[in-house]
Amino acid sequence: MKLITAVVKPHRLDEIKEALQAFGVQGLTVTEASGYGRQRGHTEVYRGAEYTVDLVPKIRIEVLVEDADADELIEVVVKAARTGKIGDGKVWSLPVDTAVRVRTGERGPDAL
Amino acid sequence: MAPAIITLAADAPKLDTGNTAFLLLSSALVMLMTPGLAFFYGGMVRVKSALNMLMMSFISLGIITLLWTGYGFSFAFDGDNGGFLGGTSWLGLRDIAPDDLWGATGTPVFAFAAFQLMFAIITPALISGALADRVKFTAWSLFIAVWATVVYFPVAHWVWGGGWLGQKGVIDFAGGTAVHINAGAAALGVILVIGKRVGFKRDPMRPHSMPWVMLGAGLLWFGWFGFNAGSEITADGVASTVFINTQIATAAAMIGWLAYERLRHGSFTTLGAASGAVAGLVAITPSCASVSPLGAIAVGVIAGVICAAAVSLKYRFNYDDSLDVVGVHMVGGIVGSLLIGLLNTGGVGQDVKGVFYGGGWHQLGVQAIGVFSVLGYSLVCSAILAKLIDMAMGFRVPEDVEISGIDQAEHAETAYDFTGVGSVSHAAPSGVETVTRKVDA
Repeated sequence: MKLITAVVKPHRLDEIKEALQAFGVQGLTVTEASGYGRQRGHTEVYRGAEYTVDLVPKIRIEVLVEDADADELIEVVVKAARTGKIGDGKVWSLPVDTAVRVRTGERGPDAL
Repeated sequence: MAPAIITLAADAPKLDTGNTAFLLLSSALVMLMTPGLAFFYGGMVRVKSALNMLMMSFISLGIITLLWTGYGFSFAFDGDNGGFLGGTSWLGLRDIAPDDLWGATGTPVFAFAAFQLMFAIITPALISGALADRVKFTAWSLFIAVWATVVYFPVAHWVWGGGWLGQKGVIDFAGGTAVHINAGAAALGVILVIGKRVGFKRDPMRPHSMPWVMLGAGLLWFGWFGFNAGSEITADGVASTVFINTQIATAAAMIGWLAYERLRHGSFTTLGAASGAVAGLVAITPSCASVSPLGAIAVGVIAGVICAAAVSLKYRFNYDDSLDVVGVHMVGGIVGSLLIGLLNTGGVGQDVKGVFYGGGWHQLGVQAIGVFSVLGYSLVCSAILAKLIDMAMGFRVPEDVEISGIDQAEHAETAYDFTGVGSVSHAAPSGVETVTRKVDA
């Protein structure tokens, strides 16, 4: 199994959700996050005083998938998240040892 | 403003119900400016000190009202002693009957006392913006009590109560010198003594709530009609001129500030719109009865641009006027007061004219005397008072309190409940029954 993690712009959440549903993903976890990449943050001006805000709002989406689906799913997420502008985010995957469905105790791919 | 005369003779002016209604409603409008100011300032500070900022304004409603009743009104408006201070016959507001009238205005003395009380309340509250985040609430309370006694009541007398500035012919219709320059200079005097916030120029100190700032600015703008038009006391043509000039100058100043910002920094900011409006209100306050509507546009635009430029002075000169009381109120007050010397049309109940209307330079000189005497007196007295309070009890909170937030330490409260899951454990307030909700399996 693989854990796909995407840190992306908040306003792309709906597109990504729809793309994942169309792909057949059963569940996902969304977290509010903040951070910056190469673009750094943004600047705000109050009465002429400039404030650099380093950390910009992001969302983190996490999905557990079977190994065979991982690469294709990454492509789906990247496509749905892309705006072409700076700050679109990152997607990565990690190997997962075990997953358990809490209600039934099922393990591995059955738990997805 | 009318001289302090209670008419007792048989041919006394009769009560004018229209003027009285106007004055009482104006008083209520001016009262609303203090909570408005609290929100204006409160939104500009960080979350951790928002309540303290509100409280520094609200406490003025409490303390100054009692001082005013005790001796403030008497010291400011009961006759004249050598041009410096009023008398003592109205201590405790005794010996004023409900039917006693204020001069020839046909309004009760009590209505006038209430109206002027609202000015006495908001003036010290204005100072608090410069001291954001860092002063003890007890020290602040003591400061405004003594400051009102030593500075505000005398200065109000000088300008409006028959004192020496009024006798010299200084025009300050609704408080450019007595209120705004006075408060701005006091703010400068105190911050030069108590110093900068921890992290000034290093840590970000962004306003925590721009909606609060806009709400506060809106309430100030609304209440200011009572402040300016009400200062005529009678509901007449001058009050109407003042009312419309107030609106015009404020609009012009907002546009002026925003234009400056756009050219200088690239954006039309919300804080700029709110600040520009306040700068215009300040500048038109002394001059509202002296200028034409087109003159009011000039007052507004000039004040908007100059104040927008002035607020950055604190970074250049390295003093921490936290919320720009000096840059907006002192500078705005100076602009409005001096412009009277240039733009006075002499057409609205005044017999002097400004330079641009053929009146010569005399009035400008008189205005300058008013500006700099009040500025100097307030600055020096406030700095001395701040130093005395600092030596006696410490004016500032400890550094760790300032860093962790003054609300929690001084008021045992916080402005917002940001607690997450399980981060607070406490018993339910007594008398509240805890209900356990049943959940379907």
